[in-house]
Amino acid sequence: MNKTYDVAVIGGGPAGLAAAIKTADKGLKTVVIEAMNRLGGIPIQCIHTGFGLHYFKEDLTGPEFVYRFIDKVMDRDIDLLLETYVEEIINESMMSKKIKIISPKGSWIIESKTIIYAAGARERHRYEIGIPGFNVAGVYTAGEAQAMMDLYGIMPGKKILIIGSGDVGLIMARRFVLEGAEVVGVVEILGYPSGLTRNIVQCLQDFGIPLLLRHTVTEIKANNGRVSSAIISEVDESLNPTPGTEKEVKCDTIIIAAGLRPRTKLLKKMGVLIDPRTRGPIVNDYLESISVPGVFIAGNALVINDYVDYAVEQGETAAESVHEYIENKGVLSAEWRKVIPGSNILFVVPHYVSGRKDVVLYSRVSRPLENTYFQIGGIGKKIPLIKIMPSTMLRIVLRKTELSKYIGDIVVEAVEK
Amino acid sequence: MKSYVEKRVICIICPRGCEIRVRLVDGKIISVEGYSCPMGKKYAEQEVCSPKRVLMTIVRCENGDLPVVSVKTSGPVPKDKLLEISRYLAGIKVKPPIRIGDVIIRNVLDLGVDIVATRPCMPVENKYSDQK
Repeated sequence: MNKTYDVAVIGGGPAGLAAAIKTADKGLKTVVIEAMNRLGGIPIQCIHTGFGLHYFKEDLTGPEFVYRFIDKVMDRDIDLLLETYVEEIINESMMSKKIKIISPKGSWIIESKTIIYAAGARERHRYEIGIPGFNVAGVYTAGEAQAMMDLYGIMPGKKILIIGSGDVGLIMARRFVLEGAEVVGVVEILGYPSGLTRNIVQCLQDFGIPLLLRHTVTEIKANNGRVSSAIISEVDESLNPTPGTEKEVKCDTIIIAAGLRPRTKLLKKMGVLIDPRTRGPIVNDYLESISVPGVFIAGNALVINDYVDYAVEQGETAAESVHEYIENKGVLSAEWRKVIPGSNILFVVPHYVSGRKDVVLYSRVSRPLENTYFQIGGIGKKIPLIKIMPSTMLRIVLRKTELSKYIGDIVVEAVEK
Repeated sequence: MKSYVEKRVICIICPRGCEIRVRLVDGKIISVEGYSCPMGKKYAEQEVCSPKRVLMTIVRCENGDLPVVSVKTSGPVPKDKLLEISRYLAGIKVKPPIRIGDVIIRNVLDLGVDIVATRPCMPVENKYSDQK
């Protein structure tokens, strides 16, 4: 156990596996640390299609997609630590990180020159979206319900109400109907759905499931400790429930589909700065933390992605960065240029660019927009957007040549025509 | 008199969600607009004439490392058959080992498509036996 790795990949999901394959191919001594007893991460339980359209140019289910990476990992000289939980990462120096781990085999410390942190996201729970009440049986997050049904074959309930219109919730609505349950509705507080349009169509409209926009659940009622009904109210402009609009809906199960947050606890503990907009780390175009050198972040731990393909792309970028970092004993200094989210932009990742290489920007708009230009100040890049929702992540490639046209901060804006 | 209809279809092929407009004269497609790829055009044409979907679900797997194995139809099936296939598959039990791409049921309900596994399931003794 006393060997020093070049890179320790934390998280065995798509981003981590893609990163590990690439670092191993570059001859770096790689270890993957995974908390579950199997590799693959969340796509294992995502039995629907839509994976790999960009990366493989094929429409795959989650397991089919991620097993292509698992197979590649198995073919390579990559150390695997399953059922292993990372308790702490200690930044000893530029080229030395210590990782405190706990597994059924015991607890010890692994040493690595660099870290690729790909620990994914967590789901937002009911108290984060202001659904009060006692903790009664029958309230699950969408991901929990997905694991119950599609990994373990257990139905969470028979009459289901879904709060929030995130993609996992929409996909679960269809799964519930196909498995014989009744979905009484999907309640969304905003005036537009937070999931992708294709999921509104194929998961709700296909099965006649009502989508209640500008509504919220103000009370969850229980009978003998199990959900028995929910009180639904309309909300006003400031998202407060309107008195007198309450309706009682009978249900035995409530699913919270309120979106994801990057899992950043370990990062914060070691001093990684967090962007309040993405709630993920602040990174440069090497996907390296700007405050802790040698820590690279990819996948949903970096930013909540729409497509698994982007998580994989980030994993591969992080792997290339690690290779450069080890060769140069650090990311070469640069005149870092700040990427600033301007009008109508919720966030942009990465936060700093070196100008030394092509960079992929991931961004979301802050509200639904029509007939808009997505423009990048200084560089003069303009991309027309006919219709854009916050639920659609924008991926823009800035070429090194474009970046060299202009020196200064890069302001990203969505401007109406 | 010719009947002239324009139908709007939101493409579900990829997460992009293109809004595609299909114009029909007497039930025949005369134009398709707003798609971004050939798959989208094909989807919109089919969606207007006879909507089809790929079904993705699970079947029971006895003594596997997980108690269910995920499956899909090998091709799209008529939308109104989804529940019927799902109900039929609820009664199916398979045994490990199962590998990705293994045919679980050939020509399901005579629809001309197979049910294929999308996740491996390997034999594990007693791991989930308490759930049987």
